[in-house]
Amino acid sequence: MSMTMSQKILAAHANVDEVRAGQLIMANLDLVLGNDITAPVAINEFAKFGIDEVFDNSKIALVPDHFTPNKDIKAAQQCKQMRQFAHAKGIEHYFEIGAMGIEHALLPEQGLVNAGDLIIGADSHTCTYGALGAFSTGVGSSDMAGGMATGKAWFKVPGALQFNLTGRLGPWVSGKDLILHIIGMIGVDGALYKSMEFTGEGVASLNIDDRFTICNMAIEAGAKNGIFEVDAVALEYLQAHNTKEPKIYSRDKGAHYEARYEIDLSTIRPTVAFPHLPSNTRVIDEVGNIEIDQVVIGSCTNGRISDLRIAAKILQGKRVNPRVRTIIFPATQKIYLQALDEGLLKIFVEAGAVVSTPTCGPCLGGHMGILAEGERAVATTNRNFVGRMGHPASEVYLASPAVAAASALSGFIANPETIKES
Amino acid sequence: MRVKGKVFRYASNVDTDVIIPARYLNTSDPQELASHCMEDLDATFVASVTQGDLIVADENFGCGSSREHAPLAIKTVGISCVIASSFARIFYRNAINIGLPILESAEAVKGIKHGDVVTVDFSKGAIINETTGESYTSEPFPPFIQEMMERDGLINYLKEEVLQ
Repeated sequence: MSMTMSQKILAAHANVDEVRAGQLIMANLDLVLGNDITAPVAINEFAKFGIDEVFDNSKIALVPDHFTPNKDIKAAQQCKQMRQFAHAKGIEHYFEIGAMGIEHALLPEQGLVNAGDLIIGADSHTCTYGALGAFSTGVGSSDMAGGMATGKAWFKVPGALQFNLTGRLGPWVSGKDLILHIIGMIGVDGALYKSMEFTGEGVASLNIDDRFTICNMAIEAGAKNGIFEVDAVALEYLQAHNTKEPKIYSRDKGAHYEARYEIDLSTIRPTVAFPHLPSNTRVIDEVGNIEIDQVVIGSCTNGRISDLRIAAKILQGKRVNPRVRTIIFPATQKIYLQALDEGLLKIFVEAGAVVSTPTCGPCLGGHMGILAEGERAVATTNRNFVGRMGHPASEVYLASPAVAAASALSGFIANPETIKES
Repeated sequence: MRVKGKVFRYASNVDTDVIIPARYLNTSDPQELASHCMEDLDATFVASVTQGDLIVADENFGCGSSREHAPLAIKTVGISCVIASSFARIFYRNAINIGLPILESAEAVKGIKHGDVVTVDFSKGAIINETTGESYTSEPFPPFIQEMMERDGLINYLKEEVLQ
């Protein structure tokens, strides 16, 4: 029987020759992830197993990234619980503040993700690692606890949608615009329970950061995972960050896809998702005049070095609109340092933006940039639900780093194509 | 098992950020989470819900984050069952893993209004709208999931099936 890339990875980890969509399997995990919000619940559940040791202390990653550096006493208590568990169980991949970065940027950078891996994380954006040819998916805290205890998780084998890419993206158009376009096209449940598999000659023109962004937001279409074919770009990243031999699973000829979408990348325009769903998209040419109060550039979706470079290119030698609070979050310490070395942080500060230590912070309305009633933000984050960044009557417009930076300068949602480079 | 209660009726795409806003995720205490359940969507929900009531919603219930705090808040506040036309997959998984009964039935969702009194008989997969007298059926769970629910969730299942 022919299988998709995702199905082949699942079959290999369930020790069977083949799986089919809908089948329930128990599979072996390569990595189990949790953060300061989800791990405390998982640690309490883990205690119910009545065992002393985790299944493998080198295959668990604990990242205190959401409400850190601790935003209040309750958050501090949760981080303390996770830190004590990590030390007690000898968890190798616990990242204290100073080493911590936003989990989905951090894990690939630390070489904890390999092509062909099966990864669960108690965070919905765990699907990010499909950029490197891994099957990775978000789960809850009980699954995380089960994974830590047994090294296994149950899966319903997903069917799949194929996105066949041709051409290449235009200037100022990025992976963010492509994934927003796709979510706008298929809806927030358009890929429910399914894999989104990205294939075709257009893939080669997408850099690895664009691919992380695209897989990161697969969940916003309801998908179980997003995954790219492993090519030279992915292999180059893996070789630079990971010492293990990559396992490449290609889709079988004749693999069944429930739908196939042909996308010519050259037709994608800068795209913005209006409140309050990521599928509520409009191309930049149709956004109208939307005044804004805040811009956020960062997150597990768009806080990587290429994102910061694009923002810097637009902000260089200019000042942000004095009405717009502009907050920029490099996603990891390594990215922070790289941005420092490249002079990007100086450009941001001179433009009137603030630069924060890595944290998920405002993306989920945690801290470091909460919106008041009636305020509007353009954010490079991943969700614009009611109350996502603060007050229930505030609004989030999702966009690329280029649109966000152009908007910071203009004071309203702006087309990066209209900004003159200085 | 049978449950009976009045219905809180919501539309499509009820996301986990409105079920339990992230500003309350600095705790994992179920009672505290329950006290803010649905707050940003329906500010009167917590004050008017009573033990055994049901939530009925359209498509894609529970979309968004993986926070298990969402089904936990719903379960702890006293909701006996969530019926939806479809569920977001992580919420679906979490609800099963923690033992919050959920049912998929587009037909029932169509026929049930806010405030209706509904009985659910889980063994038969039957949903009865006591207010209108109509009844509906839901798809039974696959045996694997039924077995997990009978053992009161994932942890017990794994304890018995994998660790033993």
